[in-house]
Amino acid sequence: METEQGYDSATWEQLSEELAWTALTIPEDYGGLGMSYLDLHPLMEEMGRALLCSPFFSTICLGANALLLGGGDAQKEQHLPGIAAGETTATLAYAEKNNRTDAEGVEATYSRNGSGYILRGDKSYVIDGHTADLLIVAARLENSDGAEGVSLFLVPGDAEGVKRAWLPTMDQTRRLATVELGDVAVAADALLGEEGRGWDLCERTLDLARIALAAEQVGAAERCLDMSVEYAKVRKQFGRPIGSFQAIKHKCADMLMMVESARSAAFYASALAGQGEPDLEEAASSAKAFCSDTFFHCAAENIQIHGGIGFTWEHAAHMYFKRAKAAEALFGAPSFHRERVAKRMGL
Amino acid sequence: MELQLTKEEEAFRQEARAWLQEQLNGPFKDLRGRGASGDQDTYIEERIAWGKTMGAAGWNCIGWPKELGGRGCTIKEEAVFNEEYVRANGPGNVGHIGETLLGPTLIHFGSPEQQKRFLPPIVSGEEIWCQGYSEPGAGSDLANVQTKATLVGDEWVIEGQKIWTSGAQYSDWCFVLCRTDSEAPKHRGISYILVPMRQEGIEVRPIKQMGGSSEFAEVFFDGAKAHEDHVVGGINNGWKVAMGTLAFERGASTLGQQYLFQKEFEQVVAVAKRTGAANDPIFRQRIADAGIGLKIMRVNALRMLEHEGADLNREALISKLYWSNWHRDLGKLAMDLLGPEAELLEGAPYELTGMQKWYLFARADTIYAGSNQVQRNIIGERGLGLPKEPR
Repeated sequence: METEQGYDSATWEQLSEELAWTALTIPEDYGGLGMSYLDLHPLMEEMGRALLCSPFFSTICLGANALLLGGGDAQKEQHLPGIAAGETTATLAYAEKNNRTDAEGVEATYSRNGSGYILRGDKSYVIDGHTADLLIVAARLENSDGAEGVSLFLVPGDAEGVKRAWLPTMDQTRRLATVELGDVAVAADALLGEEGRGWDLCERTLDLARIALAAEQVGAAERCLDMSVEYAKVRKQFGRPIGSFQAIKHKCADMLMMVESARSAAFYASALAGQGEPDLEEAASSAKAFCSDTFFHCAAENIQIHGGIGFTWEHAAHMYFKRAKAAEALFGAPSFHRERVAKRMGL
Repeated sequence: MELQLTKEEEAFRQEARAWLQEQLNGPFKDLRGRGASGDQDTYIEERIAWGKTMGAAGWNCIGWPKELGGRGCTIKEEAVFNEEYVRANGPGNVGHIGETLLGPTLIHFGSPEQQKRFLPPIVSGEEIWCQGYSEPGAGSDLANVQTKATLVGDEWVIEGQKIWTSGAQYSDWCFVLCRTDSEAPKHRGISYILVPMRQEGIEVRPIKQMGGSSEFAEVFFDGAKAHEDHVVGGINNGWKVAMGTLAFERGASTLGQQYLFQKEFEQVVAVAKRTGAANDPIFRQRIADAGIGLKIMRVNALRMLEHEGADLNREALISKLYWSNWHRDLGKLAMDLLGPEAELLEGAPYELTGMQKWYLFARADTIYAGSNQVQRNIIGERGLGLPKEPR
């Protein structure tokens, strides 16, 4: 966690090579196990519970999903077996310093260069962007606006003209990076999906990532609840465990209600993800909004229930609290997602 | 994601739907949608007749074993029936206390004679039951009941008062928690006694709620009599029996309830569009939040219904706290969306609109059947294993 890389390479090798987690959702044709997105759900909960530092999320939930949704056969053939085997890490570079979560936020541009393309601009908030082997970059055709004109490109992390730097963040459990594209030339086969339709592909990828993130948030929120309950059973004041006081007991009860409801929201969205349902967007946004609120609430209550020890560096509570805030802002805050749900309801 | 139904279960759904439509579009069409929250004291006689018709056709107590007059339906089938019932606009069921509380208690704790005497008229819809639990001094602290029963000859003689008794005005019988040993610790001196309502020693006074309707009543016992053999589960063992009764509610009614909530939510959305509140970013957030909450409630319920095993899982423990909060908040949202129009009545002298009725009645939702505070104690102690407080 404390290295600039942001994760332990030995752990990553173990979970990708020995445990084959990276192969789970990759189709069998590309060296994976071909399991469903719903099968991924419990694993994401566990990773959230442990605040596992690894490039799994960026590689599988962003990189592999974008390739699966938008890649041609040759592109999948080229990248997915490496991802399944844990040899290739990947990520999606869609956001920029302007802090927007919509197509307008894509200001980086591309221009045609013979049969290939030249990419220019600065991406930011790129998860594991400083270490990923493969960057999937959103850029727009010069002088286009809105969703029209955005395309996604596959760019090797070490391509000429790419400058990447770790972006130090309050949450230390997931690394963000800036990626500067200084006239980066890519070939025609770097285009992912249809030219000009990249924002739609980006949104669909993000929805899948939001669902996985929601499952992580459920696991992490539940860990906060468990820590609170364990502590409330053993910490004594006034001669009895503080968990016997309603002031503490009722906080824990509310946390349980939120955690189980958040689990329902994420579980429902995961179930839809495998089926290509039209309601996926609403389900993903519902899950992201509710699970973000739940995780933040539980992480904050966990500190309060722990009292003095809860706000120290020594205790793990702060790591969950910081991660909760970071996860809440990632891929659109709860208010962004509620507005999206409102639109889907026809409001 | 939906409830996964087998072919037989789907056929059961169709059968229920066909029967309900035939009845509620025909002889009972005036009862459609009557007797819901805030309207439970209307059309009593007609609803009793409806209960008997349901019974004759085999639609009461469908979850009970066949040898006791039920259909032996699974919890899933019960949930499906409930959903169809609400979808067909079935009226508030006056027999539900007998069917969901007293019946299962007798099946679990009653003697063969008690079962033989009392179960058949519940199935047929001929005897209506009410629950004599709360007292002025025994609300959340239910074990503090003071209503006293004394054995005189072969009869129990009962003195005291119950309150918040739903449907006492039209019930034939009441199961009453009485103190039968005032020396014993408070949980150990209580008996669960079956008392006929239509007798001289009982007086019922309806309580008018804030919405103007009278769902609940006070019941005064002044020398009321009950048969010596009509104690369920043994003398002084009533606390255990009463706690058992509470555990029988396993959520069969939950899908039906959500269908009602869905309809209320749709009304709220329609109001937002009509008043222009749908363009307000803050209202959009609140409406979306309510919509998300409703979807989650449904998935919670599906998880609860798919749960196998007799224990109450965590989804079941949170159910009451979740829905009552959600429903209360929806009522507030509805009134906020209406703005000044929220004040306007349907008519004089005090005829409320449907929305005003459930807005007001939702304030009772977080109190009856275990207040939010009691629910949180139960979740904390049973769901999370937190230590009890000294009692």
